[in-house]
Amino acid sequence: MSSIPTAQLWRELTGSRMGLTGLLILSGLVALSLLTLAAVPYDTFREWTNPNSWLEYPKSAVPVWVNLLLVEDIPEHMILTPAHSENVAPSAIPTYSEAFALDYTYDDFPGGFIYEYTAEYTGSPLLEMSVTRPDGLQLELVSAALPSAPAGTLHSEKIFSTDAQLHKNLVLQSGMFAYDTVGLSSERIVFGDADSGQPLKGRYVFIVGMYGAEGSISDSTLIIDGKAFGMVGTDEMRRDLAVGLLWGTPMALFIGLAVAIGSVAAGLIYGVYAGYRGGITEESMMRLNDIVYALPALPFLIILAVTLSNSIFVMVGFLMIFGWVGIAKVSRSMALQIKTRGYVEAAQLMGQKNRVIMFRHIIPQLLPYAFASVAISVPAAITTEAGLSFLGLGDPAFPTWGTILYDANTFGAAARGLWWWIVPPGMMIALTGLAFVFIGNAMDAIVNPRLRR
Amino acid sequence: MTAVGSVIRFYSNSTAFYTMGLKRYVASRIATLFGVLLVTLLLTIALVGSNMDTILKQGVAVQVRQEISDTPGLAEGFETVEAFEEYVQDQIDRRTTELGLDEPWHSPGRIGLAMYKILLLDFGHATFLTSDSGSSAVGDIISEKLPKTILLFTTATIIISIVGIFLGALSGSRVGSVADRITSSFAVVSSSFPVWWVGMLLIVLFAFVWQLFPARATPTVPIDDPSYIASLLYHMTLPLITLVLIGFGSWAYIVRNFMVGVMQDDFIVAKRAMGIPRGRIVYRHAIKNVAPPIVTILALSISGSLGGAIITEAVFDWPGMGRLYFEAITVLDLPVIIGATYVLTAFFLASIFAADMLYGYFDPRVRTGQ
Repeated sequence: MSSIPTAQLWRELTGSRMGLTGLLILSGLVALSLLTLAAVPYDTFREWTNPNSWLEYPKSAVPVWVNLLLVEDIPEHMILTPAHSENVAPSAIPTYSEAFALDYTYDDFPGGFIYEYTAEYTGSPLLEMSVTRPDGLQLELVSAALPSAPAGTLHSEKIFSTDAQLHKNLVLQSGMFAYDTVGLSSERIVFGDADSGQPLKGRYVFIVGMYGAEGSISDSTLIIDGKAFGMVGTDEMRRDLAVGLLWGTPMALFIGLAVAIGSVAAGLIYGVYAGYRGGITEESMMRLNDIVYALPALPFLIILAVTLSNSIFVMVGFLMIFGWVGIAKVSRSMALQIKTRGYVEAAQLMGQKNRVIMFRHIIPQLLPYAFASVAISVPAAITTEAGLSFLGLGDPAFPTWGTILYDANTFGAAARGLWWWIVPPGMMIALTGLAFVFIGNAMDAIVNPRLRR
Repeated sequence: MTAVGSVIRFYSNSTAFYTMGLKRYVASRIATLFGVLLVTLLLTIALVGSNMDTILKQGVAVQVRQEISDTPGLAEGFETVEAFEEYVQDQIDRRTTELGLDEPWHSPGRIGLAMYKILLLDFGHATFLTSDSGSSAVGDIISEKLPKTILLFTTATIIISIVGIFLGALSGSRVGSVADRITSSFAVVSSSFPVWWVGMLLIVLFAFVWQLFPARATPTVPIDDPSYIASLLYHMTLPLITLVLIGFGSWAYIVRNFMVGVMQDDFIVAKRAMGIPRGRIVYRHAIKNVAPPIVTILALSISGSLGGAIITEAVFDWPGMGRLYFEAITVLDLPVIIGATYVLTAFFLASIFAADMLYGYFDPRVRTGQ
């Protein structure tokens, strides 16, 4: 093992094609992590496991881009905000109104629609909702009196397309349709062609108005429940998988790097200390090393996670326990060689402290090897953590790629063909692993002349 | 862990061969590995001990109450409820003392007894889980599951090593060729995919899209049915494909790297100069010289795959040790956890030992004691 200055290691690494590819992927992942930390709201991270904060999203929806590959377009999920809202004079009718416009271009019916609003009013106003369809038909959906509040109130409500009164209103207007609408669901009537009963494409405008009392509507959304959503779709708990994947990136990099750096540093110091001291210290330290080396890692990690804690930070510590052993062995044998060199003996003769000799004269020689070891250890740390999370032993508070796959497995995503729930997290794990494998192999080839051919 | 890393690490481990004699080496390895077995056992008991204690004590209380309510007329003989409760408590205490549960679980006597029993393969009874035949003895459960794990992983290892050795020899003898580049890059790429994730993908493909193989690998026919073996093998196909697909790449890479070295040796160069066909050189002469390290790594890789079995079997629902372990963890069935950890560790250590010995056997410097 020849020692190579760190600067030269970097130069040769960026010079090799494999190392450069690895560095490029890695910098992409780092950029993605920074982007996530900066741009994705922190709330989505905290609320990842809270099902109530994902109600606006569709269940198990395919990614939107799937439509590009299909002849028959799957309806996209739409979360609409009012296009225009006006507050007219108190005497006018209506006192407040808002409209939602959408272009419906899909070959299937949506799963339903939900109108969600908060109204502030005094008195007892009437709320009306209607839809103007591409074919010019206007359907009355809702006409309901809001609870009377002479002193003024703030009223929040969700109106679902499954609402019985809404459905009844629609059936009452069935004269406009060429077929019997009684047995059909509300969204099939609203989005159905009046003659053929097929999905009707074009521009729909949903109009909501408040009548008879002063007031206004705020925070209103109209959700057209589709079967396609976002770039990577949603899972069974209606969570946007893109958010989970994005947050998983900094998590994986943190876990991988923390475990790798921690265990390499520990192994390096342990091995160098053992090799430098020699004698009975070395013998007993290496015996302990042998024992930890032969411990079956995964069963132990599982028992530790079950009995002690499954917090992500504790888990990083557990992974380090099994990570330092191999590095300690190699750094011991390297320290044995370096210790006999002239400058180390000279330092000893000058009366320098052992600690100083170890940290100033021996460990710097091993740094290139340590860097390569860090890169090689990262993928194992990431896949092991993902594996533990996959068994349901991950930290439930954090979205990681492993926990996403655990959820997928719990809901039988594989057997149900929900590929968008399975493929992206695994690809991310593999991509991250690959980046470090490339960097590690390239570094290994530089610091290990035996592999240079 | 990358394949290359493990090889290098293994060799640094075996340098002890040259410094001590074979007998002393064997003895010291056995001592170390037995020490590891004891440490594993001790750690496992230490980690689950306090929970175990609570469960055992609750078990005693339930048992005593059950026995009392099964004895007719016993409860009526007491004047007050307090007196009855006192009697029950007394019985529980007596039973607890009999079983030695009055001492804390970390007392040397109890740990010693527990370890002694487990070393003799007496694992006690499971709290929740039972074997397919209905027995709750941990030994019965394990002896039912272990053969299936061995069946799956040994078959996979055999296929992987055959394919791997062939591909590795091929690409190692033609460095830089198309075959070599494909093998090497496949090895690097496949080693960064988690096996269980590839398993999920294959379930999507084979069980959902094409519907060739079942998604759950547990056979549906009862165990005494004559078609059970066929059903088991059919259900084994998908896990087997997964293991082979992920495994053979890094194997081929290891063999290739050894092969590259051997192909540059003088005796091979000489044989080529003599005009012996390349195929004959590779498969007759060169492969003999890469065999020792490869057989050694084969033994090590079996041990490694046993640990991975826990996750792989959980994905496919393969009824082996890994799934047993996973189920035991899910319901916190501590006797099963301890027993399965012990058996897995014993196998793991046995294969490490086998790897050490094989290396020694194949290395003439060790055999001749030089």
